[in-house]
Amino acid sequence: MLYNIFIDPFMQMGAAPDLLVQTIWEGLVAGVLYALIALGFVLIFKASGVFNFAQGIMVVFAGLTLVGLHQKGVPAWLALFLTIGVMGILAMAVERVVLRPLVNQPDIILFMATFGLTFIIIGLGEFIFGGEPKQMIADELGLPQGTMRFDILGGKVIIQKIDVAAAVIASLMIAALALFFQYTRIGRALRAVADSHKAALSVGISLNQIWVIVWFAAGIVALITGIMWGARSDVSFGLQIIALKALPVLILGGFTSVPGAIVGGLIIGVGEKLAEFYWGPLVGGGIENWVAYVIALAFLMVRPQGLFGDKIIERV
Amino acid sequence: MFYREAGQYKKTYSADMAVFPLLQDRVGIAVILLVAAVIIPFFGSNFFISTVMIPFLVFALAAMGLNIVTGYTGLISLGTGAFMGVGAYACYKLTTYFPGVPIIIWIIASGFFSAAVGAIFGLPSLRIKGFYLAVATLAAQFFLEWCFVRIPWLFNYNASGAIEVPTRWIFGIPITGPNATPMTRYYVILGIVVLMTWVASNILHGRIGRSFMAVRDMDIAAELMGIRLLRTKLLAFALSSFYCGVAGATMMFLWYGGGEASDAFNINQSFIILFMVIIGGLGSLIGCFFGAALLHVIPIILKFGLPAIGVPLAGATAEHLNHLLVGGLIIFFLIVEPHGLARLWQITKQKLRTWPFPY
Amino acid sequence: MVPAQHIAPGDALLKVENVSLRFGGVKAITDVSFDIKKGEIRAIIGPNGAGKTSMLNVINGFYHPQEGLITYKGATRAKMKPYVAASQGIARTFQNVALFKGMSTLDNIMVGRTLKMKSSFFWQVFRHGPAMQEEIVHRRMVEEIIDFLEIEHIRKVPVGKLPYGLQKRVELGRALAMEPELLLLDEPMAGMNLEEKEDMCRFILDVKEQYGTTIALIEHDMGVVMDLSDRVVVLEYGRKIADGTPDEVKADQAVIDAYLGVAH
Repeated sequence: MLYNIFIDPFMQMGAAPDLLVQTIWEGLVAGVLYALIALGFVLIFKASGVFNFAQGIMVVFAGLTLVGLHQKGVPAWLALFLTIGVMGILAMAVERVVLRPLVNQPDIILFMATFGLTFIIIGLGEFIFGGEPKQMIADELGLPQGTMRFDILGGKVIIQKIDVAAAVIASLMIAALALFFQYTRIGRALRAVADSHKAALSVGISLNQIWVIVWFAAGIVALITGIMWGARSDVSFGLQIIALKALPVLILGGFTSVPGAIVGGLIIGVGEKLAEFYWGPLVGGGIENWVAYVIALAFLMVRPQGLFGDKIIERV
Repeated sequence: MFYREAGQYKKTYSADMAVFPLLQDRVGIAVILLVAAVIIPFFGSNFFISTVMIPFLVFALAAMGLNIVTGYTGLISLGTGAFMGVGAYACYKLTTYFPGVPIIIWIIASGFFSAAVGAIFGLPSLRIKGFYLAVATLAAQFFLEWCFVRIPWLFNYNASGAIEVPTRWIFGIPITGPNATPMTRYYVILGIVVLMTWVASNILHGRIGRSFMAVRDMDIAAELMGIRLLRTKLLAFALSSFYCGVAGATMMFLWYGGGEASDAFNINQSFIILFMVIIGGLGSLIGCFFGAALLHVIPIILKFGLPAIGVPLAGATAEHLNHLLVGGLIIFFLIVEPHGLARLWQITKQKLRTWPFPY
Repeated sequence: MVPAQHIAPGDALLKVENVSLRFGGVKAITDVSFDIKKGEIRAIIGPNGAGKTSMLNVINGFYHPQEGLITYKGATRAKMKPYVAASQGIARTFQNVALFKGMSTLDNIMVGRTLKMKSSFFWQVFRHGPAMQEEIVHRRMVEEIIDFLEIEHIRKVPVGKLPYGLQKRVELGRALAMEPELLLLDEPMAGMNLEEKEDMCRFILDVKEQYGTTIALIEHDMGVVMDLSDRVVVLEYGRKIADGTPDEVKADQAVIDAYLGVAH
């Protein structure tokens, strides 16, 4: 028994290094996607202190809108721009209808409001575009297709081109966001709002404007994530369970840390793929569904503030 | 005019500390109980009882459980569905091994199993709070859901992978299984719900309830006043899961009559019950009933009501509309009245008290 | 642990010896020693950030100092859990009111009685028998405190809705409900107007008179400190710079420098 848990999996890893590399690669790819969703969370949390439960759903909604518009006969690139527009409208609507009336309410109320938002977005998306799974229009958007094969370590590793593209695009986007946050006037205002709504208002920062911007940015992140994810599987709200995986990533990385979201995403992605592949068979498989949460939970017990968070000093 | 407290003097502390200090409230409760116990079973159709009343009571019980931990103690739990599942499976195993014991005892006893599981998953609450804890409870949800599917012992190795509710008799009357009439099942649930509501009210009005609320409102101050945080939080989790577990057992045995965990106890169930608590009112027992009633009735109206008045509605569309409506309602309530329907009810009572001369 | 001894009035109820507290690199308290005698009002004063509140947090076990010993009722300890401190009779109020906002005044003060309530879970379930008797006994004691603090009219009002001055009073009531031997008051008069301050002073003196409670008081209003306290300890940047009767402290050069600044 102990042998099966502690030794055998590592023997397997050593015996077939190409499989190990393949598994880690799969994990990294999943991890990038988790990290992207988590990134959307972090953006909104940093700027408005709102724990946006709907971020995962926004990913699906963005993907669904893009595909849905294309199915209705809109050319791919135009559909992309329209979708960006839709995400903008969504950001404005959320600010106007949800955030503005709830200014200065406890965080927990805003958190629950995003549950409501989740349901509205699901209902709206399915109502307009139908609930059945759809094919992402990766070809039409000029994303690379097909696979690459590498012969290493006495075996072969297969890599989807789209995954490489996803990783590259994700890195570019994260770099752009980091620069934006650190060096622009709006970025500074965003960080001020994150610290205190009232103080930010008192120095003349327009909360409403900041919120629209940040939700719009999160919407764009969601759209890119939606495209990448959709290209790997179908687009449907069935993905929402997977979208929840971004939550343990956040725990690992801390709610306000962009690097935390990325590193956390990769750790969770690789961790769960390795666990599923090497330890899953011991208990009948399917542990992918919860192992991420357990990793995060175990981690929390040791370091409650996350990977990159500051130590919390409680005051009275 | 009719709702006046003038002239009702409380002469003892025990009278002042009663759950319903006003005569009118006591009369009101008696009337509600009478309607629930006599009028509904005799005048309601079988369809009404089994589609509206039974689920409503089950949901109210589950919402009560979640409200104990989230509304009273301030710990968000997203694992309600899973804790309900523990209750259902525990009850199934218990009645399989001891078929002779009245099923009602096992339904209540199954609560202890889910209380134990709930306390285990409540352990992280010592070190983590707020959103982090909410995510931690998701671990419980997904892990337990996985157990329900992957451990065949739990569902007695049935080929269907589901609980198959056996027929159990008490005094020759079938309580569970295909032969139990909706009326019998309704009475059993009603009894359980009334009893457990009374117990919840007792506990929450006393020392334990006060320490829950103290932890919710200001945990540091509570700790410095001698309330042990871990113990209190674990008790809240255990008590909450007890209620959820019993709700799960009644749901499986007296409402569904069997089924798969992936349908009945998944994450969406957790969300729905959370919504019931939010809309009904965090930290209010009566709110659980309001929330359960509202959220259970909306889909029924959409599914059966609209076609009945001539508005054709495909099943899928009804579901989408339901999502939209529920989501909208949640945001509406959070904006208009973050304390939910229960607060609206209080305000109404306050207005009644001064009606017809509000100044 | 040494069992708690009986302390006669005038003997040291609490002794703080060479306590140092750090948060990472920040030194909140450095090598501070002082004592509090039974039955006295002991003021802790000093400029903002001097470590006064941290000192109270150390005393009731919320912060654990890296160095130093604390002797309470003859039992010496390096650190202690907050609930142990509470059960040994240390109660406190907070600088920023830390009431249970969703609960009524009555319930807030009842929470202060939690440690004294013993009825079992079983009876709690029925809210009958011992559980109910206990509730009534403690309710009577809470009503005495409510009378004492003159807050009868807000008995059933949720404390979140009360004005600041009353909240401070309810908080004092909550601490009194614990029947403390040592009462730690963290700026009980911050943000109050003159009348409210006078009321609060009266209550504090009454507490000392009626219940014989030992009080440690943090306060910025020098008039109040000089009038109320028997002895004063002065902190600056986490160090003790003076200790003595109000008059001694008032004349101390280090204290004058700390408050008025030093000419360079």
